[in-house]
Amino acid sequence: MSATETIDLDFEKGNFHYDTEYDYDAGTGLSEATIDYISGVKEEDSWVRDFRMKGLRTFTDKPMPTHWATRDLDNIDFNKIRYYLSKGQTPSRTWEEVPEDVKNTFERLGIPEQERKFLAGVEAQFDSEAAYSRMKDDLAKEGVIFVGSTEGLREHPEIFRRWFGKVIPTSDNKFSALNSAVFSGGSFIYVPPGVKVKQPLQAYFRINAENFGQFERTLIIADEGSEVTYMEGCTAPKFETSTLHSAVVELVALKGAKIQYITVQNWSNNVFNLVTKRARAEEEAEVKWIDCNIGSRLTMKYPGVILKGRKARGEVLSIALAGDGQHQDTGAKMIHAADETSSNIIAKSISVGTGRSSYRGIVNVPRNLKGCKNNTECDALLINSNSRTDTYPAITVRGDGNSVQHEASVSKVSAEQIFYMRQRGLSEAQAMSLSVNGFVNDLVREFPMEYSVELKRLIEMEMEGSVG
Amino acid sequence: MDSLHIEKLNVSIGEKSILNDFTLTVPKGEVHALMGPNGTGKSTLAKVLAGHQDYHTDSGSVLLDGKEILGKEPDEISHAGLFLAFQYPLEIPGVSIANFIRAAIESRLGAEESLDAPAYYRRLYEKMDLLQIDRKFTSRSLNEGFSGGEKKRAEILQMAMLEPTYCILDETDSGLDIDALKVVSNGVNFMRSNERGSLIITHYQRLLDYIVPDVVHVMWDGRIVKSGGKGLALELEEKGYDWVKDELAVACS
Repeated sequence: MSATETIDLDFEKGNFHYDTEYDYDAGTGLSEATIDYISGVKEEDSWVRDFRMKGLRTFTDKPMPTHWATRDLDNIDFNKIRYYLSKGQTPSRTWEEVPEDVKNTFERLGIPEQERKFLAGVEAQFDSEAAYSRMKDDLAKEGVIFVGSTEGLREHPEIFRRWFGKVIPTSDNKFSALNSAVFSGGSFIYVPPGVKVKQPLQAYFRINAENFGQFERTLIIADEGSEVTYMEGCTAPKFETSTLHSAVVELVALKGAKIQYITVQNWSNNVFNLVTKRARAEEEAEVKWIDCNIGSRLTMKYPGVILKGRKARGEVLSIALAGDGQHQDTGAKMIHAADETSSNIIAKSISVGTGRSSYRGIVNVPRNLKGCKNNTECDALLINSNSRTDTYPAITVRGDGNSVQHEASVSKVSAEQIFYMRQRGLSEAQAMSLSVNGFVNDLVREFPMEYSVELKRLIEMEMEGSVG
Repeated sequence: MDSLHIEKLNVSIGEKSILNDFTLTVPKGEVHALMGPNGTGKSTLAKVLAGHQDYHTDSGSVLLDGKEILGKEPDEISHAGLFLAFQYPLEIPGVSIANFIRAAIESRLGAEESLDAPAYYRRLYEKMDLLQIDRKFTSRSLNEGFSGGEKKRAEILQMAMLEPTYCILDETDSGLDIDALKVVSNGVNFMRSNERGSLIITHYQRLLDYIVPDVVHVMWDGRIVKSGGKGLALELEEKGYDWVKDELAVACS
């Protein structure tokens, strides 16, 4: 498809909201009663309820990680958040059946159009639950499962339970515990051995309500020798109050499987985006996270791969754009746990105005392993003199038979570069945007076309807004 | 009217005055050379004409076909038809020459217009062939890791694609070997037209062996002190800038 056909999804485009009546509302604040309510409306088995209760206890016990993370976290008021809002727990299979207001929202975001053009399946989540979920029939015949987590737990407990919470334990961090307590929505995907899903599966996460917390839980299992690409997009309207998005995403790539997970988030600047994402890669499996973080008030996200089997490969390609007043605290984790495993991290960040971007990385290769490789590159671009970037790489490589390579750079768009570009006719904003696109260019080339075009447009929008 | 007309331009940086009542007219259809020793204000003139913000204009006017461009934004001046080939072109990492020129052309289109990409590439390749530039060049990041000669060729290519009404070439010959100098000169000669005026700023006579100017001006201490035909450049080459200085001293005493 050509660039002009790509779905328009810009920063302002997500900033709208239709008034919606909810049939299910857990009210404001978090207690055991909240969990009873959520578990009750979903008609969950007792083990799921117990899992949630354990999550709540862990969340309550764990301190906020402000000893290393930003103090802005203290501004989240958990008592003012609404933890569950939905119109029902069963998604529609056709867009006609989706309630009018919800359908209008997704149509305005271009989701049905994208589905027709290049997707193998779509799940569209509106606040707490999927409003729409559908996959192409031929994939279903091959045994592929692509449903929401509510449905996954109900219909496929035997696969779900086996891997659920195994890659990211409840106690991993305060927000994974919170998600474990109140999770709702997200995708459950299972790809049978040897099945290669050619077109991407896509989920779209939409926050519609004010003071709302979205806690989707995604679990993707690619069985031996299978392949799948999953893409997620996210937007929310701009509210005066803050919104919390705290997802947990677990990926399991069994022997020789390949998972590519692409995120293009475009949150409005009132969203706290605190997400835990991790994969487990077995022998000769490959997991690639492509992570584009634009918008939000604060994003903390460090996609990781546990390289569990021999010759497993993990990759994180990450782009973060911190606009004025925003903080993108992103990075990657590569935990080598078998011989001949390799990992690659390329992180590029752009800070605009008072925006701040931080890179945090962990690479761990223990002494007993042989033939492991890691490559880490972190490049930061500062647009204004008050922009900020910090890098916290923690690379621990022990043993003689392992190799590591690390490069980092910080650059700035100079006034002379801008003058040069303006002399050719570009406005200041166009010149900025072209420099930023040039900076991320080599990375964006790795993305599927539809998303690279969208990303370019998002960057342009962001830069237009940044020049006064 | 059809000219780049600079009238009594006074420019300073801080307390230091750089251009003093600088006056010059380059009519459409003519190529003028502006020569002078280092530090006499030639490059400042080029930047001021292009709208660089670092310089303070105390007084004067710059008319492009009768329209004032002094005080306008650099992109407005560019759209008005003035092109500056930089003495030191800037590197723009990750942005290919083709995409950069494309963005520059797109900045000239109206809100409803869109660029015809195949036609754009056809025209780009045509100009590259004329300027003897390898087509592989288009995918390289603009000026990144370019040799001096490659940077100047990229400037000429941009000039050829943007088809400005007035071209200012700031020390385009500096750092060029003889082959590169020929390519660049061919480009400028190829751009010569009744519809275009050019001002070639140079320290040396050498470039003028390849680009024969209609008028040669000698700049000294922020203004033009002597103008003449192409013979003036040769005379300068022979006698050196001190000759002008001595003449000036005589005239002033």
